[in-house]
Amino acid sequence: MSVHEQFADDLALHALGSLTGDERIALEKHLDSCASCRRELEALRGDLSLLSLTTSGPKPPARARQRLMAAVAAEPRFPKPVAAPARSRSWWGVLGWAAAAAMVLLYIGVRRENSSLNGELSTLRALYGGQGTQLQQASQTIKTLVDPTAQKIEMIAAGTKPQAQPRGKAIYQKRNRSLIFFASSLPQLPRDKVYELWLFPANGGAPIAAGLFKPDARGNATIVNPPLPEGVEAKNFAVTLEPESGSHEAPRGTPVIVGVGE
Amino acid sequence: MASAETNAIHTDLALVTAIGSGDQGAMAALYDRFSSIVYAVALRVLQDTGAAEDVLQDIFMQLWRNPRAFDSSRGNMAAWLAVIARNRAIDALRKRRPQDDIEDVVLSVETDLASETDRSRAMEKVRGALQAMPTPQRSALEMAYFEGLTHTEIAEKTGEPLGTVKTRIRTGLLSLRKILTA
Repeated sequence: MSVHEQFADDLALHALGSLTGDERIALEKHLDSCASCRRELEALRGDLSLLSLTTSGPKPPARARQRLMAAVAAEPRFPKPVAAPARSRSWWGVLGWAAAAAMVLLYIGVRRENSSLNGELSTLRALYGGQGTQLQQASQTIKTLVDPTAQKIEMIAAGTKPQAQPRGKAIYQKRNRSLIFFASSLPQLPRDKVYELWLFPANGGAPIAAGLFKPDARGNATIVNPPLPEGVEAKNFAVTLEPESGSHEAPRGTPVIVGVGE
Repeated sequence: MASAETNAIHTDLALVTAIGSGDQGAMAALYDRFSSIVYAVALRVLQDTGAAEDVLQDIFMQLWRNPRAFDSSRGNMAAWLAVIARNRAIDALRKRRPQDDIEDVVLSVETDLASETDRSRAMEKVRGALQAMPTPQRSALEMAYFEGLTHTEIAEKTGEPLGTVKTRIRTGLLSLRKILTA
């Protein structure tokens, strides 16, 4: 494997997580543009896994399994809402987010394409080699998108006042089961209530729950890629106000925002 | 690719997919397949059963919350979890926040590790390679990996030059790779 010799030792240290300061910054900058060193870093992590696997010892106690399964049962599968900080007015509508969303859809598409080829690791590696930089950029975009400390600022026509009505936008790609949802200016939740996003299938089927969420103090919220069934064409999306506990198998509460079509 | 490994990979991915749909049974099955590896690594690093159980819980709950963190492009599931277990255990040992996101851990292993038999065979070879390694090299590798010492700390502890420690760690790892690909 062709690795830049000046980074060879540092790659091993980086795989161990012990590279810090300027050396780490320099290496990470190099990794952004060097596929062969990225592959070597992955191979070094693989070597480290061999060290891990040499360990042997007692099996974990039964109580550990019970503890895990109790925690799993107590934490139903809903996507995590990501609330923005209360530092800006409503922000939805920034053109840049559309580009970020497109990157997210691309990222998810690439990841799922890889998964569908799951039996062929060699093919995946070849794909990954070619897509590495793209994936890295998209991964960074996702981190920015869901980072609660990221600033989110809406731009409106100069000289006009900001609108305070609740708004939302869902960007959905059925092929990849990918959904990105932004909301702003949502009313603060009453006690014991939660917002829920719904996908209404085009075939008239039952609405599909696409995530419970609580907005931040400004009424902003983001949902990225909740679990959804495959290949469902969406007719519309809506957000309803629902009880915090309950089955959430169908909308029962008041609609707060609904889709108006493309 | 050996069919046993292919089947094991398919099983892992099927479990991860089912977990994505909220299947608690799949979560239990995944735990039964890999909890011993995760716990053994955490216990080796932390030397404390309670702390090792916390790491075990933390890692599997992360998988429950975000099963998409793993797909086959991230490497073999057992190897991937083994590295994450080590990293989380070192974070716990150093009482620091997790240093990396599990989604950022991508690794590549050429050796068949999917089935328990494959892993046992490979591990015998690796243990042999470690035994055959010069003591200072094996020691540097183990201090870096299982104790989480930085190369600077190892150099201070052993009194050896920093460059020597760095090179020992890398060549030690490469010799493990070599023994399995020979």
